[in-house]
Amino acid sequence: MSNTSDVETYEALYGQLQAVVNRLEQGDLPLAEALMLYEQGTRLADACQKLLDHAELRVQELRSNEVYPDLDLEA
Amino acid sequence: MHQALSVSAVTTYLRELLESHPLLGDLWVQGEIAEFKRHAASGHCYFSLKDEGGLVRAVMWRSNAVRLSQLPRMGDLVLAHGYLSLYAPRGDLQLYVDTLVPAGVGLLYARFEALRARLETEGLFAVERKRPLPMLPRRIGLVTAPGGAALQDMLTILARRCPLSEVLVVPCLVQGERAPASIVAALTTVYAAGVDLVILARGGGSLEDLWAFNDEAVARAVFASPVPLITGVGHETDTTMVDYVADLRAPTPSAAAELAVPERDDLSALVWQSRMRLDQSVDALLNRMQADLANAHSTIERHTPLRRLARDRQQVDDLGRRLDRAVDRTTAMRQLALQGLVARLATLSPQATLQRGYAVVRHATTGHVLGSTTGIQAGTPLQIDLRDGTLAAVTLPLAEEESE
Repeated sequence: MSNTSDVETYEALYGQLQAVVNRLEQGDLPLAEALMLYEQGTRLADACQKLLDHAELRVQELRSNEVYPDLDLEA
Repeated sequence: MHQALSVSAVTTYLRELLESHPLLGDLWVQGEIAEFKRHAASGHCYFSLKDEGGLVRAVMWRSNAVRLSQLPRMGDLVLAHGYLSLYAPRGDLQLYVDTLVPAGVGLLYARFEALRARLETEGLFAVERKRPLPMLPRRIGLVTAPGGAALQDMLTILARRCPLSEVLVVPCLVQGERAPASIVAALTTVYAAGVDLVILARGGGSLEDLWAFNDEAVARAVFASPVPLITGVGHETDTTMVDYVADLRAPTPSAAAELAVPERDDLSALVWQSRMRLDQSVDALLNRMQADLANAHSTIERHTPLRRLARDRQQVDDLGRRLDRAVDRTTAMRQLALQGLVARLATLSPQATLQRGYAVVRHATTGHVLGSTTGIQAGTPLQIDLRDGTLAAVTLPLAEEESE
C-alpha cells in the first residue's frame, strides 16, 4: 500500500494552486510578491498537469473473508 | 372440556392462532377480484378474492393501497400478499393485503414488488439518504465477478478517465444460490478496507441471473455502506433491488465507472483555468502599475519648472506693466504738483513784488541787490528795477555826512 495516494497529492497541489490564484486575484500586492506568487502558481499548475499526464491506475485485489473459503471465484 | 367460552374469547383465540401461523401469517394468494370497493373517505379498499371453488374476504389499508399503480377491477386475476386474520365484530375471516399485483407477472415479480414495498416503507430508498459522490475518489472499491468483462470494462474506463484514483477489487460470486452471501461478504470486506466509493456491478444476464441483486440481505448490505455506493447491474432496462438502495444507480458497469470519477481532461481544464487566472491577475497588476506610472508622469508634467518659469515670466510681465502704470501715474501727479508749485512760486517772485509798487535796488556794476546802506559810498552807480522797467541812478552824499 502506498503512503500517499496520487489523488491526495493532486488535491493538495490543486488546493495550493487555488489558494495562490485567490490570493493573487485579491490584488493589492506589491509587485515582487505578486510575481513570486505567479511563479509559485505556475509551478503548482505544472505539477498538477504532470500528475494527470503520468498517473497510472493502481489496482489491488482483496479477497473477502468468505463464508465459503473453497469457493472457485473464477468459475 | 365442559366450560363454555365467551364469543370474544373464541375470536381472540382464533385471531392469535391465525396470526402466529407460519404460513397464514405471510402468504401469497392467487385469485380473481370480486366486489372491489374503495372507501372514499378513508381510502381503504375492501374486496374479495375468489376462484371456482371458494372466496376469501380481503382488506387493503390506505397506506398500502396508495402504492397501487392502478385500482384492480372486478374479474382481474391477481396475486395478493398479506396475512390471514379474523375480523372479530363480524366473525369474518379476512386477508389483510399489503401487496397486490396482476397475476400475469408471476410470483417472482410479485415477491420482488412485496420486498420493494417493504424496504421502501422502511426508508431504504429515501431520497434524502442519497449521498453525493466524492469529487475525486481516492480509493474505489469494485465489488464484482473476477475475470468478467464487466471488471475489465470498468478498469479500462477508470484507467482512461482518472488514473489518479486507486482501485481495490473485491471479487465475489454474482449469480447462483451462494451469490447473495458472497456479495454481502465482499461488501463487508470492502467497507472495512477503507475506500471512499464503492461500485457494485455485474454484467448483463437473464432476470434469474441477476436475482442475487434482488436479495434482501444484499439490499441491506448495500444500505449499510459507510460511503457512497454506485450500482451497475445488468443492462439499461434491468432494475434490481440494490439499484433502489444505492446512492446512485448506473445503467451498466461501464456507466458506473464513468460516473465514479471525473474525466482527466476536465481536471486538466481546471488546471488550465487556474493558469489563465494567474496570467490575468499579473496582467491586471502590471496594467494598474502602468496606469499609476502614467498618472505620476502627468502629475510631474503639470509641475515642471518650465511651466513654472512661463508662469513666472507672465507674472513678471504683469508686474512690469503695473510698475509702468504706477510710474506714469506718479509722474503725472508730480507734474501737477510742480505746476502748483510754479504757480505758487510765481506769486512769490520779485517781479510780483514790483507789480505791487516795490523796487529792487542793485549795484549797477556788480548786480548785487542792495539790502542795506552800509558800505555804500556816495556816487555808487545803482540799477533800480521797477514794475515796467529799469532806472539808472547814482547815490548822493547824505546830510549827516555834511555835518561830520
